[in-house]
Amino acid sequence: MTVIEAKSLDLTFQTNDGPVHALKGVDLQIGKGEFVSFIGPSGCGKTTFLRCVAALETPTGGSLTVNGMSPDEARRSRAYGYVFQAAGLYPWRTIARNIKLPLEIMGFDRAAQERRVDEVLKLVDLEGFGSKYPWQLSGGMQQRASIARALAFDADILLMDEPFGALDEIVRDHLNEQLLALWARTEKTIGFVTHSIPEAVYLSTKIVVMSPRPGRITDIIDSPLPKERPLDIRDTPEFLAVAHRVREGLRAGHAYD
Amino acid sequence: MRSVLPVLTVIAALLALWYIAVVPMNAARAVEQAARSDVTLGTADLIRATMDMERPRLPSPHQVFAELWDSTVEKKVTSKRSLVFHGWITLGATLWGFALGVSLGIALAVGIVYSRVMEMSVMPWAVISQTIPIVALAPMIIVLSSSVGIEGRGVPKAIISAYLCFFPVLVGMVKGLRSPDQMQLDLLKTYGASGAAVFWKLRLPSSVPYLFTSLKIGIAAALVGTIVGELPTGAIRGLGARILIGDQFGNPIMIWSALFAAAILAGALVTLMSLLQSVTLKRMGMAR
Ligand SMILES: Nc1ncnc2c1ncn2[C@@H]1O[C@H](COP(=O)(O)OP(=O)(O)O)[C@@H](O)[C@H]1O
Ligand SMILES: [Mg+2]
Repeated sequence: MTVIEAKSLDLTFQTNDGPVHALKGVDLQIGKGEFVSFIGPSGCGKTTFLRCVAALETPTGGSLTVNGMSPDEARRSRAYGYVFQAAGLYPWRTIARNIKLPLEIMGFDRAAQERRVDEVLKLVDLEGFGSKYPWQLSGGMQQRASIARALAFDADILLMDEPFGALDEIVRDHLNEQLLALWARTEKTIGFVTHSIPEAVYLSTKIVVMSPRPGRITDIIDSPLPKERPLDIRDTPEFLAVAHRVREGLRAGHAYD
Repeated sequence: MRSVLPVLTVIAALLALWYIAVVPMNAARAVEQAARSDVTLGTADLIRATMDMERPRLPSPHQVFAELWDSTVEKKVTSKRSLVFHGWITLGATLWGFALGVSLGIALAVGIVYSRVMEMSVMPWAVISQTIPIVALAPMIIVLSSSVGIEGRGVPKAIISAYLCFFPVLVGMVKGLRSPDQMQLDLLKTYGASGAAVFWKLRLPSSVPYLFTSLKIGIAAALVGTIVGELPTGAIRGLGARILIGDQFGNPIMIWSALFAAAILAGALVTLMSLLQSVTLKRMGMAR
């Protein structure tokens, strides 16, 4: 079942230095339960694509549907949770109350709020940290809390824009493992932007390779890796083959300039 | 505790400087007085005389502190000679002006943040308002308020006080309400948050640290405004009036003790705001 479908999607920003083609002719189908990574150099439109899906930007051409609806309608039906690069937790709220933020805004009743906070804290392995303030948590834990916040209202789609980009390698590995476990348990559809080839290959069922000026897709790779992925899968020939193809795709994108 | 020593050193140095300045400031008058009663003064006598003059040009520290003691502890608080009485009058007007100024500052800031028209029409006037010398404006406000039938000095004083203190609050709150970055605003957008929710859940709490910084400046400005409002002729109550009366009666000791009372009051008010700030930020979880 197709959850996100883009057909020759265009987005041109009108800037003072003239038009910027952030997305040009993007065709993509994302099925239910897929884990899709977007990879490519800075400025290739990864963020812009995710923001279009989230109805934070309006495409200037082509069509885009989310759950068969327009992105705006999908947002109103709480179709997705969005995780930004910075955790962006409110310093004046405890972790639990940060997770309640979307629930308060969406009008969940108190009992439901409490129940969901407990549920998602468990999902991201932060049980017992609900009453802590963000500054009392490490960067990795804060980012997990922000993922919990995005999961709180039980959207089917999780959009993540370089969520681990600011964290060090070891923390990142750990979070990647946890994210995969979470994905397996919840069967959510995940759109994940990254700069890291190993991260993209390790996590994804589908890897979208993009290149800039104009922002476009140069390759879409369906991963042959099994759903069960221990960290040392990264040393297997299958993994390295996929990583190689991603690297080739990135290089091909660069040949234009 | 380690900071006590430097603080005491600075105070001691200031007092010493003050005492040293007293001698040349008052010497001429001391010699003149001595001549009138046909006495010639030796150096030691002259110095002693400058320290304890009835009407010095510069009163010495112990004279000022004796007067402060006398007009606070020794006098009944209801007495017209009690600085506690006058300080209370000044404090009352200051707090009214502060409340008025803070409300006005916050209201204008909200308007400016939410309305481009308000930003372009209000902000320049707010800036200009602060360039007009308040001493020139104060008598006009007093005359105007009495001509529209307002009795007494209370209201015009509070208005002058508010006039000085709304500005720092306005500037701080505009900055504070605008402090959430685009990512924070986008996040709320993904929840479909209403404008009201963005204000109450994000913008207002984000502005609290900025507000307290402004409140500290604002309360001091409000006190200055009140005292300026008590200066124009006619005022008989308040610390400003004491300064004015001391001037009219050639009594510098009275002026200086009123000035010290004002300084102590300002210090107390700012300290109170700092306390309020740390308690609030701690309760909000923003202080570490
Ligand atoms: N709001 C905007 N206004 C103008 N140009 C923008 C805006 N947002 C992004 N761009 C431009 O669009 C291009 C794609 O940006 P982005 O999607 O952020 O890339 P990525 O996330 O892949 O690094 C870049 O050239 C960027 O400068
Ligand atoms: Mg980006």
